[in-house]
Amino acid sequence: MKKAELLCALAFLIVLGLLALVGLPGNILNLFIFMMIITLTAQGWNLLGGYGGLSSFGHAAFFGTGAYAMTVLQTSFGINAWVALVCGVALGALVGAFIGFLSFRAGLKGSYFALITLAFAEVLRILANSWDFTGGAAGMMIKLQNGFAYLQFSDRRYFFLILLVFVALALFLSRWLERSAFGAYLIALRENDQAAQALGVDIFRVKMQAITLSAGLTALAGCLYAQNFLFIDANVAYGSWISIEALFAAIVGGAGTLIGPLIGAVLLLGLGEVTKSFSGGIAGLDLVVFGIILVLCVAFAPNGIRGFFANLKRRRSAAAEAA
Amino acid sequence: MLKAQNLTKRFSGLLAVDNASIEVQQGSITGLIGPNGAGKTTLFAMIAGFLPPNGGSVTFEGEDITQEKPHLRARRGLARTFQIVQPFAGLNVRDNIAVGAYLHTKDPDEAKRQASLTAEKVGLGRELDKLASGLTIAGRKRLELARALATRPKLLLLDEVLAGLNPSEIRDVLPIIRQIRDEGVTILMIEHIMQAVMNLCDTVHVLSQGKMIASGEPRIVCNDPAVIEAYLGHGAAERIRSEGKANA
Repeated sequence: MKKAELLCALAFLIVLGLLALVGLPGNILNLFIFMMIITLTAQGWNLLGGYGGLSSFGHAAFFGTGAYAMTVLQTSFGINAWVALVCGVALGALVGAFIGFLSFRAGLKGSYFALITLAFAEVLRILANSWDFTGGAAGMMIKLQNGFAYLQFSDRRYFFLILLVFVALALFLSRWLERSAFGAYLIALRENDQAAQALGVDIFRVKMQAITLSAGLTALAGCLYAQNFLFIDANVAYGSWISIEALFAAIVGGAGTLIGPLIGAVLLLGLGEVTKSFSGGIAGLDLVVFGIILVLCVAFAPNGIRGFFANLKRRRSAAAEAA
Repeated sequence: MLKAQNLTKRFSGLLAVDNASIEVQQGSITGLIGPNGAGKTTLFAMIAGFLPPNGGSVTFEGEDITQEKPHLRARRGLARTFQIVQPFAGLNVRDNIAVGAYLHTKDPDEAKRQASLTAEKVGLGRELDKLASGLTIAGRKRLELARALATRPKLLLLDEVLAGLNPSEIRDVLPIIRQIRDEGVTILMIEHIMQAVMNLCDTVHVLSQGKMIASGEPRIVCNDPAVIEAYLGHGAAERIRSEGKANA
């Protein structure tokens, strides 16, 4: 069943890729690109918050670090885009390890962990907003240069395809995690950290590995965001909007599941776009729809959409057994 | 094999464990009994590393492990169960037990295979795919046992694995515990059910109000006046003796 889940997700990505190649209107392609960036961010969040049960409210810290590393390294130091991408991911992971070390050493979890991550992200936002090195409040631009080496394309479809590859890789990463001893330990400490310790799980180490991995993946999303829009400022890169998108997509789709983040991102952004086009002049109606979805999710699908369907299936097979 | 010396634990004003020592011989089943609130579970928590003692030391196979973290003790071969069962509720039985098995193998298929074997051993073989949250109390107690066993312990600390079970369930579990010992695992168990203690234990230690008040063979310890008084109140031993005489 898990394998089928992975195949479904991959098939969906391939269909998106083919659609793009056949030809999509520019605004739809842009929406898809944005969807995939959010998916990647949420996939990063899901590694820590979903599987590990450590809900972060500050994944912007990693997203922003990736975005700024990508921009600063290319603009101020003239470093190749791909190298900058790798550096961005590494720096994001490093920030994750730093925040993780401080919070997990103190044994923070639950709402305390959420608050401390939020605080770190805000500190980074304020720093980036006031420091000349990061362009201050004016933000920073990446120079427009087309070509594979610059990770910029005159035809945006190529960027989209690269993005799809990264999302697919993140799916494989999650799949590996679900099957590995590391993943079993991570899920075990989410379910009960005392019992996990009694069974020989070094919970500090497992949490550190999880936050590093999670931060790296979200930083990758940040790098690609910067490279796509070619402009960032502190409120975009480190703003709490991205922390919320990350956890929202993962939770609505199904936290701690393989395809939850993908479902969540596609559904939320898709619905947002649809309501925006319907509501016309009424500003903020899409946010109202967001709110309604969240309420419905909490009420009827506390384990996300993926969990909702798993429940339905379980109930149906139980009913079949009873009959 | 295990030696705890002069362990003391204070919770602010309350002296939960007071200078208690206990020794467990390799290959034995050692019992730890005592009235409610005597400090048995606290003593266990200090031995397993979940509570730092205020004084005293714990040695395992000749090495001082007083300051060691619980997961490192587990790797040494010291496994515990919890009195209040702590299942990984959202996981099925197989995955629950596999977490213990990962201590010795990193291969998921192998860990799951070992988990199935361990489940078989404690009588959970037919519930492998059930969620832990869907098990009965008896099932959860067995799961605690199986998870600890999957770490392949040398010393197993059982904290009231029989509590909450009905008589027939207890009858089912007793042979399992004996079999575990016969396979070479030393056992230290907290237990309230005297039938089990008399049946299984080679040695019994009695803890009362944080102090060790007696130890020795179960039959002898049970007739110790200090033990009777600890359970039944001051003067009880005297009363029982005189009643015994009157009846005779």
